[in-house]
Amino acid sequence: MRLLHEQNIEDIALGAAVLGTGGGGDPYIGKVMAREAIRQYGPVELWTLDEFDDDDLIVPSAGIGAPAVLTEKLPSGDDMIHAFKALGKYMGKPPRATMSIEAGGLNSIMPIYVAARLQIPMLDSDGMGRAFPEIQLTIFTTYGISATPLAMADERGNTVIMETIDNYWTERFARSVVGDMGAMGMMALYGATIAQLKEASLPGTITYAEDIGRTVRLARINEESPVDAVREAVGGFLIFTGKITDVDRRIEGGWNLGDCKMEGVDDFAGRNLLLNFQNEHLAVRVDGEFAATVPDLITVLDIDTGEPITTEALRYGMRVAVIAFPCHEKWRTPAGLELANPRYFGYDVDYIPVEERYRS
Amino acid sequence: MRIGIDVGGTNTDAVLMDGTTVVSSTKTPTTPNVTDGITTALRGVIDESGIDVSAIDGVMIGTTHFTNAVVERKHLTETACIRLGLPATVCLPPMVDWPDELRDVIGGHYYLAHGGHEFDGREISAFDENEIRGIAQQIADKGIKAVAISSVFSPVNTVFEEQAAAIVQDVIPDASLTLSSSIGRIGLLERENAAIMNACLRELAIRTIEGFKSALETMNIDAPFYMSQNDGTLMNADFAKEYPVLTFASGPTNSMRGAAFLSGLKDAIVVDVGGTTTDIGVLQHGFPRVAALAVDIGGVRTNFRMPDTYSIGLGGGSIISTDPLQVGPQSVGYELTTKGRIFGGDVLTTTDIIVASGKEDIADQSKVADVAADLIAGVEDAIEEMVNIAVDRMKTSATPVPVIVVGGGSILIQRDVAGSSEMVKPDHYPVANAIGAAIAQVGGECDRIFSLAEMNRDEALEQAKAEASEKAVAAGADASSVEIVEVEEVPLAYLPGNATRIMVKAVGNLKEG
Repeated sequence: MRLLHEQNIEDIALGAAVLGTGGGGDPYIGKVMAREAIRQYGPVELWTLDEFDDDDLIVPSAGIGAPAVLTEKLPSGDDMIHAFKALGKYMGKPPRATMSIEAGGLNSIMPIYVAARLQIPMLDSDGMGRAFPEIQLTIFTTYGISATPLAMADERGNTVIMETIDNYWTERFARSVVGDMGAMGMMALYGATIAQLKEASLPGTITYAEDIGRTVRLARINEESPVDAVREAVGGFLIFTGKITDVDRRIEGGWNLGDCKMEGVDDFAGRNLLLNFQNEHLAVRVDGEFAATVPDLITVLDIDTGEPITTEALRYGMRVAVIAFPCHEKWRTPAGLELANPRYFGYDVDYIPVEERYRS
Repeated sequence: MRIGIDVGGTNTDAVLMDGTTVVSSTKTPTTPNVTDGITTALRGVIDESGIDVSAIDGVMIGTTHFTNAVVERKHLTETACIRLGLPATVCLPPMVDWPDELRDVIGGHYYLAHGGHEFDGREISAFDENEIRGIAQQIADKGIKAVAISSVFSPVNTVFEEQAAAIVQDVIPDASLTLSSSIGRIGLLERENAAIMNACLRELAIRTIEGFKSALETMNIDAPFYMSQNDGTLMNADFAKEYPVLTFASGPTNSMRGAAFLSGLKDAIVVDVGGTTTDIGVLQHGFPRVAALAVDIGGVRTNFRMPDTYSIGLGGGSIISTDPLQVGPQSVGYELTTKGRIFGGDVLTTTDIIVASGKEDIADQSKVADVAADLIAGVEDAIEEMVNIAVDRMKTSATPVPVIVVGGGSILIQRDVAGSSEMVKPDHYPVANAIGAAIAQVGGECDRIFSLAEMNRDEALEQAKAEASEKAVAAGADASSVEIVEVEEVPLAYLPGNATRIMVKAVGNLKEG
């Protein structure tokens, strides 16, 4: 067990945005929320899996909706607490702690807010080790953990409880409800015991995010390249440095799909890059050849500051570095790849781990 | 003819331009009373040219006065903020992420009320007139006159902010109100921050702009005058009294646009050397490259469109310390002409070194005859390295690009910058920022979320473009010259109904006469 203080939040938010692969929105809102909650309620206890009892119930807290809406309609804070408490009541057992469903953007630090307010521990683990655009895209799913019962709350005091036959249906229904809630809702879902999470979650994600964030912060202080610092911290590969020359966004099937083109600079001068995204970065091609795909992580960083850039912030003229790094090994199992292989997202290519592409 | 004026922290510069020709220019120290400095500058350019004041069609003023007020926490008025959005937004109240000392200076008064909209225009909760009246009474009881009003998704629907404003005005007839929807775009905290900063600057703005006005009257200039905005466009003086916050960062924008104009270059690095700092920016297609990430002003997060500049503590007044050798960041600033060695003072500055080297002949060279050759060489090397590193940081590629040097401290740049294809020090380089102010344009923006279930994308884009163009014309642009310069769409992920956010910026030439 260790305590998360105000100063830990900045690093966690930055590192989680690196792992967020462009998704999950600007971590700024979550960062300020968590910081204020810690100021008011005190530091949050971050526990490891083996510090709990096997039958302790853990309930992740997460937001769902459009990140751009969240920058305007800020959460009430009570909405998150309502969802969390409603699910505990429905399940008939009070959750022992909360955790992150995904690493990235807001969802990695919203549970810190819940933990601070309810004075409960937070589990240092998550369900993706990255961010993905749909509810069923978790390691939990590969281990047969149901996303429901799920509680979803808005700021007005409405709470919706869901029971579904599988996690794909959860995604469908949750997506409909969040529209009515004004495109932003707070959820408690994927309740599971520590015994289940010992095999079905990715331990240490929060600490990992914090390490990445600290590395970037120190690189900035020491005037070293923050981009190199990120690449080294995640064991990744520099795919490209370039200038964004075009961002073509479109909406298909209710998703934010897009292609971002870049022209190379420095060592990549004369080359070009194509990045595809569906809320998160999914695949990247250099000079027409795939350089990395899901479930490996693709992150776009501001070339000077190393600040991760979310997909909705990609803009013409930005100078960026693109980094790819290996996903957690649990995504590389048959069950993991069945859920999140490139073909699921419409890319006619087999998954080849990024380190194999870059070994040659 | 037009007069462009730049009121900086150190100097007030003015130029008189006839079309695209610089007729005369002047540089004078900024005075604590801005009126005097501007009057001196106006007199300078008018006397030098010998023109009749009736030939002046307009006066364009750029100033860092309001930015500096926030940065230095000076001349700010106690302000209250009312936010409509309950029960949403509670966990992040107004000014939540402000530096404590700035929040304290303006009092930190905020009130949360019901109201606000969803992205699609539905109400979050009903507007409650009695609630607002009660809040207004509390504000009145505190004797506060400056009030900022924000409402969730007010860029989508402004009605709640307007209703609240009417009630506050009714309770406090002499209240000075700022509505967030009239200033910022989507992003509640950033827009609200801008509204609060604007509210606390309005008293200063009225004083300052009245000062500008009386300077014009003193000089018998009857022409309209305008203020520069952060994006290089103009607003008229009365509008600027209401929206001083829109002048933030206009200084770097003006000097970069002035540099583009003077050099005729569209793509280049601009090195603007002032008295205390050097600002480095990038010109792309004749306009400053815009900062990608959120910009902090005096520690407050904003989402203004701002030029992407990098500043280093190097200027004509930078103080040289020896053992170890260091250039800046301390500077004598506007006191260079009294404290610098060549001017009879006893502080060794960068300007003294350049004169000691024999490369420039200013004031009394004999006063620096004793400066050792190795110190001169050491300082010149240090300046070269500082500039090289800063320029390299702003470059997008290793390809050499032209470097334009402007600003009053330009004499510091005696050597070619590494990675430059050519070094350009255009005519009138010391007053590039005043020229940038003189050649400014007017603009209008639209930034809203459209539901593409109700109209198709082309219709939405057309509507957004029309709205931006109308705003440009309303701000004083000649309708026939209005162009759409920026279109950005952000589909709202995870949302049914194909909601999309469209941001359009239109720019046009200022209507003459």
